[in-house]
Amino acid sequence: MEDNLRKIIIDGEEIGVNPAMTILQACEYIDKEIPRFCYHERLSIAGNCRMCLVEVVGGPPKPMASCALQVKDLRPGPNGEPPTIKTNSKMVKKAREGVMEFLLINHPLDCPICDQGGECDLQDQALAYGVDFSRYIEPKRAVVDLDLGPLVETHMTRCISCTRCVRFITEVAGMPEMGQIGRGENSEITSYLGRTLESELQGNIIDLCPVGALTSKPYAFTARPWELSKTNSIDVMDALGSNIRIDSKGKKIMRIIPRNHDGINEEWLSDKSRYIWDGLNKQRLDIPYVRDNNGRLKPCSWNEAFDVITHKFNESPNILALAGDLINIETLFSAKELASNLGGRTECRIADTCIPPNDRGLYAGTVPIAEISNSEIIFIIGSNPRIEAPVLNARIRNSWLRGAEVNLVGENSDLTYEYNHVGTSLSELDKIIKSKTKLFANKRILIILGQGVFYRKDGYEALEVVKKFKESLNADLISLHVSASRVGAMDLNFVSDPGYSSSIEWSDIILNIGMDEYDLPKDKFVIYQGSHGDRGANRADVILPSCAFPEESGIYVNTEGRPQISLKACEKIGEARENWAIIRALSEKLNCTLKYDNLIQLREKLFLEHPNLSLFNEVKNNNWINSLKYSKECLKFDLKNIWQDHYLTNPIARSSTIMAELSKNKQKKNK
Amino acid sequence: MMLRRIDKDQPETFAFSKSNLSWAKKQILKYPKDRQQSAVIPLLYRAQEQEGWISKPAIEFIAKMLKMAPIRVYEVASFYFMFHLSPVGKKAHIQVCGTTPCMLRGSEKLIEICKQRISKHQKEPCSKGKLSWEEVECIGACSNSPVVQVGSDYYEDLSEESFSHLLDELMEGYPEPGSQKKRFSSEPEGFFNSSKVKIEENRNASVKLFLKTSLREKNK
Repeated sequence: MEDNLRKIIIDGEEIGVNPAMTILQACEYIDKEIPRFCYHERLSIAGNCRMCLVEVVGGPPKPMASCALQVKDLRPGPNGEPPTIKTNSKMVKKAREGVMEFLLINHPLDCPICDQGGECDLQDQALAYGVDFSRYIEPKRAVVDLDLGPLVETHMTRCISCTRCVRFITEVAGMPEMGQIGRGENSEITSYLGRTLESELQGNIIDLCPVGALTSKPYAFTARPWELSKTNSIDVMDALGSNIRIDSKGKKIMRIIPRNHDGINEEWLSDKSRYIWDGLNKQRLDIPYVRDNNGRLKPCSWNEAFDVITHKFNESPNILALAGDLINIETLFSAKELASNLGGRTECRIADTCIPPNDRGLYAGTVPIAEISNSEIIFIIGSNPRIEAPVLNARIRNSWLRGAEVNLVGENSDLTYEYNHVGTSLSELDKIIKSKTKLFANKRILIILGQGVFYRKDGYEALEVVKKFKESLNADLISLHVSASRVGAMDLNFVSDPGYSSSIEWSDIILNIGMDEYDLPKDKFVIYQGSHGDRGANRADVILPSCAFPEESGIYVNTEGRPQISLKACEKIGEARENWAIIRALSEKLNCTLKYDNLIQLREKLFLEHPNLSLFNEVKNNNWINSLKYSKECLKFDLKNIWQDHYLTNPIARSSTIMAELSKNKQKKNK
Repeated sequence: MMLRRIDKDQPETFAFSKSNLSWAKKQILKYPKDRQQSAVIPLLYRAQEQEGWISKPAIEFIAKMLKMAPIRVYEVASFYFMFHLSPVGKKAHIQVCGTTPCMLRGSEKLIEICKQRISKHQKEPCSKGKLSWEEVECIGACSNSPVVQVGSDYYEDLSEESFSHLLDELMEGYPEPGSQKKRFSSEPEGFFNSSKVKIEENRNASVKLFLKTSLREKNK
C-alpha cells in the first residue's frame, strides 16, 4: 500500500495520501480545517458552494474547489517536486471572503429569530472566514415558502442552494421528491409541485441543512441549542439501536437528534425515532391504579397496589413475566430473578414468536449490520426493512447503489430501490437449496432474516429452511428484529420452555412489562408495568407506572447483538419509578427480596452472570448451530410482514400526535 | 429573468402523437444502456413542438418514459428558457430579438406593436389566444435585423409595416419566412442592384430552397 501513496505538500507539510482522496480529505487528514457547505462525507460531491477553495501552486491561476479535486489530478512542480497546496494564503483568504459575501447577499439577517442560530454553519463560517461589512444595498431575493409536511419547516429565503437536502432525499432516502428548479439567482430548492415529503428519513435533511432553511417543525421556536442539556442515549423505536442525543430543557425533552455511529446508523435517524418525544408527555401513567369491584381502574398509592398484588399472589402463585418491546436489560434481569425466585416463568417471545433460545447465531445474526455495505448479494426474507428499520434500509440501498443485487422473499413492497422479487413463500428458498446453483458461488451473500419467518406458527421449522439456505449458500446472516428489547431478552434467556401460549395458560398472574401489542386472556390477573396508558394498561388489573426510556439509564442489545448503554435524560413523571426499582420493591413485598439496592449493584450482578453484556459496543462472533431437517409443510405459507404501518408501533409512538398525523398522511397517500 | 413556474391551469393528459412517439423512441435508443435519461431535452422539445408548451402531464409522461423522477424533468424544463411552462399563442409564439443590432434597427418598435396588438405582457396570449410574444436574446441573424422567430422560422428585415402585415398573415396561416425585403440572403442591401448580376428569380432564395425540402411544404 505504501507505494500507492502520493506525496503532496499542504501548507509546507509533506504527507503521503491515497491518490483517490480529494484535497479536502487530504487536508482533513492532517487536521487542516477547510470550510464547506455543500460537501458532506456521506453524500455525492456537488462542488457548488465554492467555500472550500484552496490555492494549487503551479496549477491554474485560480483557486480550486478542494472538495471536487482529487490528489491524483495534481501536477508535480517543474523539477518533479510534489504538488503544493496552500489553505491559508492571501489568495485563499480573499477567495473565501468573496464567496462568503456572495452567499450573504441574499441571505436574510434573520439570526435572532432563526432556529438554526447557535448551530448554524453559515453563522460560524461567516465569523471565521467572512468580512465584517456588506457592500450590497440592493433589495434581497425573496422566495415563496414551501410546505414539506408536518416535520420539516422551511424558510427558503435563507437557502444557500447547497443541495444537500436534494442529494440526501435522492441518494440516501431513495425518494427523489426534491429538486432545484430555475437557474442562476432565481433557482429554488423545492419539492415537486409543492408536494409534501414521504420519506421515513426526511428529518435528516434538517441536520444536513447548513443554514436555517430547513428546521424542525415540532421543535420550532422552543429552545436555543445552548440552553439544552445533551444526553447520549440509545433509540428504542426499532431494534437497530441507533445512537441518539436527547436534548432537554429542565424536565422537558425538546428534541432528539442522531449521533454518529458508523456501525449502526451512520449519522441518520428515522423520523419515528426523531419525533416521538411529544408522545413522552401525553397519556402518561403517573400514579398506580387498581381495578375495583365495578371493573373500574381507581387511582391508589404504591402500597395499596402492592397489597393487592401480594394478596392475589398468596392465593395463586403462578406468575409469568412478559417482556414488551422497549424494556432495558436491567429490568428484564430483575424480572427474571424475581420470577425464578417465586417459581414463576418469563417470556419475551410475545404471541408465540419462534426464536430458539441459545441459538445466538440465528437470533442475533452472524455478522454486524455494517456487513451490508460489503455484500454483493442480499436476500431479504420476510421483512420490509423500509418500515421496520428505515436507517438499515438506507444502508441496503447504499449497497444496491454500489452494485449489490437485492432479492426479496416475502410481501412485495416499495423499498426505495429495485429488487428481484423471488417469491412470497419459503419454497423459493427450498428450490435454490435443491438446485445447488453455482450462481452464487464466490460471492459475498447476506441474508436479512425478518420477523415474517420468526412470527408464524411453524416458525421453528421455517427457521430451519432459512438456516439450511444460509449453509448451502455459505452466506452471512443478520436477523432483523423490530423490538428493541428482544435480543437482550433472549441473551438473558427470558423465555419459558413450554412457550408463550402454554405459559399464559399455566399462569395465574401475568406481570406485563410494557407489552401493549397483543391481547391477554380475560381470566388472568394482569399487572401492567409501563409508562403509557395504552392497550396494556386498559386490560390491566393493577397498573404500576414506570419510566419511559429517556427517564432511566439502561442497557439495550440491538438486533446485531451489540450491547449499548443509554443515559438518563430527564426526570420521571409523577409517582412513576424506574422499571428495575418497581420490580425490586415488588420482590420485597413478595418476600423474596432481590439482593441489590441500586442500579450499580444490579449491574454488577448482571455483568457477573452475563459478562458479554458488559462489553459495550462490541459485536460478538456468534457460533452457528447446524440446521435440522424440515418438512415440506412449512414451505407453502406466504410470508407476512409484521408491521404495515411504520409509525404507530409502540405506546410512545401511539401517544404522539405527530406520529398520528404522519400515519394518517401515509394512509391517505396509499389510497 | 424571473423564475418560471409551471402554469396553474393544466390539461388532464398528454400523449405523443404516433409519429412523435416513434421518433422519441428512436432518440432514446441513441444513448447507451442506463443513460436513457440523456434524451430528456430532445423529448421535452418535441413535446413543446407538439403542444406549444410543456405541461405537467407532459413532464410526467416523459419522466415515465425515461424512468426518471418527475422533479428531475421539471428541473430541466425550468432551467432552459426555451421551454415554455405556460400556454403560448395557438397560431404563433413570436420571439422578438431585442439584442443590440436588432434594437438599433428598430426592434423596440416591433415590441411596441406586440404590446398593442398581442398583449401588454410577454408570454401572455392575446385575448383570442392565437398569438403571444416574448423578447429574446440574440438569435444570430444580426445582418438581417430586426428579426423575429416563430417556431423554427426566422422573419427578417422587418419594418413596422411588414411586421404588422406579418401578424395578420400569421393569424391566417404560414407566411413565407426569410427576408421580408426579399433579400437573397445576408448580402449588403442593394448588392445586386450595383453588381452586374441580376438574380430576380432567386430573391429570398435560401428560404425558398429550404421550403422545397422542408416538412411543412410536404405536409401541405
